[in-house]
Parts: sequence; C-alpha cells; structure tokens
Amino acid sequence: MTHKFIEPKAPPISDRSVVGWMRNNLFDSPLNTALTIIIAYVLLQFIPLVLDWALFSATWVADSDACKAGSGACWGLINAKWRFILFGTYTYDEHWRPFVGMLILLGACVGSTIPVFWKPMRLLLLWVVSSVLLGIIMWGGIFGLSYVENTLWGGLPLTLIIAVYGTLFAFPIGILLALGRMSNLPAIKSFCIFFIELIRGVPLISVLFMSSFLLPLFLPDGVNIDKLLRAQVGITLFTAAYLAEVFRGGLQAIPNGQFEAANSLGLTYWQSMRMIILPQALRLVIPPTVNSFISMFKDTSLVVIIGLMDLLGTVKSVIKDPEWRIFYAEGYVFAAAIFFFFCYSMARYSAYLEVELRKGEGH
Amino acid sequence: MKVLKTLAVASALTATAMVGAVSADTVDDVKKKGFVQCGVNGGNLTGFSSVNDKGVWEGIDVDVCRAVAAAVFGDASKVKYTPLTAQQRFTALQSGEIDILSRNTTWTLSRDTKLGLNFVGVNFYDGQGFMIKKALGVKSAKELDGATVCVEPGTTTELNLADYFRANKMAFKPVVIENMNEVVAAYLAGRCDVYTTDASGLASQRMTSVPNPDDHIILPEIISKEPLGPVVRHGDDKWMDIARWSMTAMVEAEEKGITSKNVDAMLKSNDPGIKRLLGVTAGLGEALGLDEKWAYNIIKQVGNYGESYEMHIKAKLGLDRGVNDLWTRGGLMYANPAR
Repeated sequence: MTHKFIEPKAPPISDRSVVGWMRNNLFDSPLNTALTIIIAYVLLQFIPLVLDWALFSATWVADSDACKAGSGACWGLINAKWRFILFGTYTYDEHWRPFVGMLILLGACVGSTIPVFWKPMRLLLLWVVSSVLLGIIMWGGIFGLSYVENTLWGGLPLTLIIAVYGTLFAFPIGILLALGRMSNLPAIKSFCIFFIELIRGVPLISVLFMSSFLLPLFLPDGVNIDKLLRAQVGITLFTAAYLAEVFRGGLQAIPNGQFEAANSLGLTYWQSMRMIILPQALRLVIPPTVNSFISMFKDTSLVVIIGLMDLLGTVKSVIKDPEWRIFYAEGYVFAAAIFFFFCYSMARYSAYLEVELRKGEGH
Repeated sequence: MKVLKTLAVASALTATAMVGAVSADTVDDVKKKGFVQCGVNGGNLTGFSSVNDKGVWEGIDVDVCRAVAAAVFGDASKVKYTPLTAQQRFTALQSGEIDILSRNTTWTLSRDTKLGLNFVGVNFYDGQGFMIKKALGVKSAKELDGATVCVEPGTTTELNLADYFRANKMAFKPVVIENMNEVVAAYLAGRCDVYTTDASGLASQRMTSVPNPDDHIILPEIISKEPLGPVVRHGDDKWMDIARWSMTAMVEAEEKGITSKNVDAMLKSNDPGIKRLLGVTAGLGEALGLDEKWAYNIIKQVGNYGESYEMHIKAKLGLDRGVNDLWTRGGLMYANPAR
C-alpha cells in the first residue's frame, strides 16, 4: 500500500493546431503519408485546371462568338438563357409570378422545418395558405392576373412543385401503406402488399409512359387528364410505395414491449400508433426517408418523357440551339449545381433533425 | 359466362372509345374549343420547331400549325403546342390529344397505312448524307469502303447506312453514339472518318459546331429520301382538306409572288388566280368550310412558304433552298392549283 499521493501529471497533449491535426490525421502512418502526398499532387494538378476553366478563362458575356474565341467555360450561355432555363415557356412578361411562386413554396418548406410549426393544425394552415397563394400566383385568372395554363409552366418552379407536393402527399400515403401492410385485416393487408409490390416492380419511367400514352387511348373521346396531374400522381404513388417499405422497417424495429405497453394502457390502435409507435418508428428512419425524398427530387426530371419541361428539360432544350450547342457542358453544370443545392440542403436538414429529435430522449 | 360477358362489354367499350377518338369531327371540335392543338418536336429542333428565349414556339413545322389556325380562326396565334418525343408522336395523334402532328415526320407507306394516319403533304424534303474531313480527299460516298462511320442510333438513320453500304458492296465500321453533341464531338476528335445524319442536320452542324467549317465537306450523295410533313387522323377528310390547302396556299402564294408584306396590295390584283386565293372572288373558302379570307390570313400572318423557309431554315441553319425550292426554279415545291 502506498501512502504517497500520485504526482499530478500534465494534461494529455491536445494539439488542436493545424499542424497537429495534420500530423494526427494525414501523416500518422507511412501508408497515410504516401496517400496524402499522392492525393495532394493529383488535386494540385487538377484544381488549377478546373478553376481556370470555370473562372479565370471563362466568358461571361451573352455572346456565343465571344465564347468560341475564349478558351474557358462559356457562362454566357446561362447569361443569355437563364430566364428560359429557370421558367421555361411561362409567359415571358409574367416571369415574376413563377419567381414569387417559388419563394412561396420554398418559404413553406423552410417554415415546416422550424419546430414552432410542428403542430398539426399549424402545419395544415401553413400549407393550405401557401398552396392557395401558389395557385393564385401561378394560374392567375383573378386579381387582375392573366390566366396562364399549367401546360406552359416549366423550369425550376415545375421541378419544385412536383417534388414538394410529391413529398407532401407521399408521406401520409406511405405511412398508411406501411400500417396496412402490417395490419391483421387480410383485405387491407393484401391490397397494400399488391400495391407496393406492383409499383416497386416497374420503373417510374414506364409508369409515366403508360400514363401518357396508353391511358388516353382508353379514355372516352374528349376526356383528357391534365399532364401535370398525371405526373404528380405517378410520382407521388411511386414515392409512397418506397416510403412504405422504409416506414415498415422503422415499425419492425420497435420492440414488442412498446406495443404491449400501449395495449395495456387501453389505447386504441390509432392512439397507440399516433402517440407511441409512429413517433419512435419515424425517428429511426429519418436517413432512409430523406434518402427517398432526395432520389424522388432527382426523378422529377423524368417528366420530360411526357412532355413537361422541368429544369433539366429546359437545359436540354437550350443546349440544342445551334448557336450554343457546343457549350452543352456548361448547361449541365448549371443544372447540376441547382440540383446539388436542393439535395444537399435536404441532407443537411436530415442531419440536423436527427440531432434535434435525439435531444428529447434524455440519455 | 359472366366473366366472358364482362370482358366482351369492356373490350367493346375500349374499341368504341378508340374508334370514337379516330372518327371525331376535328373541325367542329377545333372550332368549339377555339384553338388548334399542335404536336411539335419537344427536342428543340432549331429551324423546324423550337422555343425561343422568350418561350415562343417557332420553325417551319410550327408555321404549318399557325397557318391552319389562321385559316380556321383568322388568327395564327390560336395554337397550343404539345412537345412530343419520336415515340410519343403517333399515339398522341391517335388518342386525340392533338389535332395535327407537325413534327419533322417522314412520310412512308407503312406509317400512312398501318397507323391509322394520313399525311397531309410535304413541307420539307430531307435526306441522309455524309460529312467528311476535306483532308481525306474523298469526293464521293462510293469511295467510303472500309470507313468508320459515326451515327446516332435511330429507326432509319442506322438502317439506311447499312442498306447503302450493302447495296454498294462496301464495308464499314459503325460508331454508334446516342447524343447528338457527343456524336459530333467524336467525329471532330477523329474517332470516325465520316458522320452521317439528315442533310439538314449535317449542314447546321457544319455551320455551328465545327470550328473550321471549310475543313469539312458534305458529300453529294443523298442516300435516303426523307419527305417530312404534317399528319392528321385517318377518316377525318374535312380536317385533312383544311390542313392540306393551308400548306398549299403558302406555296401557291410564293409562286404568285404574294408575301406577308405585299398581300394587302395584292388584293387589288387583276390576276384571277390571286383574286380567288385571297378571297376577292368568293368560292374557295366556302368549299373548305372556312372564311373567304382564309388564305389572306395565312399569308398576312404567317407568310408564304419562301418567307417561312428564309426566316427559320436559311437564317438559323444556313441551309439553301435546294430541293425545297419552287418547281419553277428546279425544286420540288409545287402547289396544286387552288381553283
């Protein structure tokens, strides 16, 4: 037995300086050192080329001859065509309307991410009000706004409308399908299984294709279902089927004790689902849910198949202009940047949401 | 038995629905709804149908629809456009989603018969050709034995290429690339000796995508016939007449020297043919079930065929009239007499 105090030691070296971080993370073994050096070399070769192409040698004026004379990227393409790329065939003099519409839609989305709005009635109110405003501004026909039919809508607002309303409707349908699939009622259960498997068994592109080519042949003459509606319904049902399986995964991860506890409290099926099971199950599956939404956001570009001009459609259209077509790479880079912005925002929000919801767990 | 009965009723209904769509009276339909629903190329084919920076459709295919609208309503702007892909186009017409298809469609026997469609006429004569680097010294397609050929996969382009080489007992190596921009890039990078597509496409590519147009030549041989024209449904003769004579009126106007600028002055002309066409002497409009001003409105608002060609094909693609010139100047454009 020792009677002496242990001498206090210096605190462990916590080197938070840049050099220290590099020593710990980039050069901590011969293999890592070698990899670091190789990657740094490749980046050093590559980055100046990209920067030179995208910035220093780029041409910004909207003149294709100036672009052909220059050696770098031709952002003049975007400069000349941005209004068509963003708003498509929407009446030219009224382009402020889809712009405002887009702000309303994005505002509603951002609003829904703030915990203050996380009450069913508040959310419902938020979306009803903003949807009505969106409809008024996009369609017009009242308050002195001229009527613009939705076959003329295009570009980014169209992409956002399809994606946002697809998300909005697919979520509840997906929950119902997941619950239905796990239900004890045979009719509901088999319907849900049939629906989910049918939709998952065919590619989205063929669903859109059928809805736009085969459906009209079987409809009586003169009955024509709106194209935008067809696309919206197709994409919503598609996403719902995939989400249903994600949610089912969440439901199956809930221990049986939770169901039994809910039953022993005398809660009805819907009460126990709403108050006990779903809040836990949905929280578990945030990453795959957002995954589905991101993939759906990108799938919206398939609506080009049925003649809707979404963001990618307008870009593809612009780069077929003979005057500009050799600068197609710039068009795609522009579209990719916009898609990346939205998809990355969704991914970051999902990460925030996971942390935020875990705070309440208390352990 | 009951199942069979249900099936029979269902299929009968389906059949009627399909026949119903096909035999509907398009003229009345169009007049009732107040606009012509026109199927165009959704792929932005400059010169034929494309959307300009202001979101407005233009091109010679678009002008056909505008002419029909001018004839029916006296207003060329009463057209709504449905952008279509190559696969979509015929179904869209059969199902009644559009009233007329004006989407650079080649008139062939099987399309005219099997699909339940009628071709109205030809508004552009195209054909498949070859572009090659001048430095190779090739003067004729007959010298292409053993060449590597860049081609876009498609229904007829690839087929015509194979047919032509087989018929001339020559060998070739195809380089098949889906995207137009990439095919041209591959050709310019030297991945193939020759690039083949429709002559109108070759000319516009040479003018706009090739750094030194003078280093490339288009060989004289045209290896296929691609008469492009608008299409309507079978069994809808009144509508077909209107579409056909709207197109004819544009060519006829060019033959007679009537343009959108001088059409008002031409109303005072003494030429009986012009008087009939412009409705000064009544009769033609009534025969078509239209206003007597039908052709006047087409020429005033859309222009004659030559004006349409100059504005869209010549100005945008740099393509000369060639076979699309009037017959009096050695081309194929010939207006059947409007009398």
